[in-house]
Amino acid sequence: MLRLLILLVALVLPFASAAVEPDEILSDPVLEARAREVSKGLRCVVCLNQDIDSSNAGVARDLRLLVRERIVAGDSNDEALTFIQARYGDYVLLKPPYNAKTYVLWLAPPAMLLIALGVGLATLLGRRKTPKLRGLNVTEEHEVKQFIERQKKGDNK
Amino acid sequence: MIRILALLPLSIAVIFGGFFLWGLNPDRDPNEVPSVLIAQPAPAFELDPVVGLHTPGLSRSDLVGTETAVVMNVFASWCVPCRAEHAVLTSLAEKDGIRLFGINYKDKPEDAIRWLAELGNPYERIGSDLSGRAGIEWGISGVPETFIINTDGTVLFRHVGPIVGEGAIGKFREALLQAGALPSGGL
Repeated sequence: MLRLLILLVALVLPFASAAVEPDEILSDPVLEARAREVSKGLRCVVCLNQDIDSSNAGVARDLRLLVRERIVAGDSNDEALTFIQARYGDYVLLKPPYNAKTYVLWLAPPAMLLIALGVGLATLLGRRKTPKLRGLNVTEEHEVKQFIERQKKGDNK
Repeated sequence: MIRILALLPLSIAVIFGGFFLWGLNPDRDPNEVPSVLIAQPAPAFELDPVVGLHTPGLSRSDLVGTETAVVMNVFASWCVPCRAEHAVLTSLAEKDGIRLFGINYKDKPEDAIRWLAELGNPYERIGSDLSGRAGIEWGISGVPETFIINTDGTVLFRHVGPIVGEGAIGKFREALLQAGALPSGGL
């Protein structure tokens, strides 16, 4: 059982590794860690749903190298991201920025939740309210009286 | 109030239906990455000529301040769609008189020279982008890509992929016409 588990883990491990090639890795582990963090936020423009760290596309490799170059040149993580964003647009960021174009994207989920809660609350309150009873008017009162009297007479028969 | 609420399911269905219609539109390409360069100044770059080729190199200053809008095409000898597109670009340069510039993207000089010798060289200038860095400046995601640059250096149009087939050529011609890059007026 344990052997099987180890085998499974060993088989799965290669998938977890990044596409970062050995010659790209920076000698300074701190800078490399920062480069990895920046790379995680960058979309590969060829394979769209991968970050550049896990993509084997040529452009992704170029971007990885560029990120490292910027970081070695003294850029902060945000500056390195902004540098690439200026060339490839907001689309290259895996986490979309909050701006006029993305208001709907960011605000729609909480807005929908609020609307749903509001509608639910209104429905619940509406149900709790007991409907006001309307009294009978004079003619109805009279009709009821007559009906009862007729019933009584009928019973006597 | 109650009547408005009764319309709510219908309006929700209409909104969702609208999104589905948009999503199912066969003309929509979900892989299309919107370009930030449109209406922006062309990026700064400076490329040496392809070693051994008698065509001068390319930098931003060559694309700016020209008399008509110009076309900049990113190509490589290893790129098969570029081969298909080459005849279209050659015809536009030779018959319609557009000014065509090229970036030879991540290509071995000897391969590029052989490729151009075989298919012809319609480019006025070719910059050799061995590292792909100029490609990043232009925000390209692959080859071929083609840009139309206005006389003041702003990017007017970007086409991702080869300009082949009636639809793509028609769209590109229209963009050229609008940019005033067709000296003959498109006829």
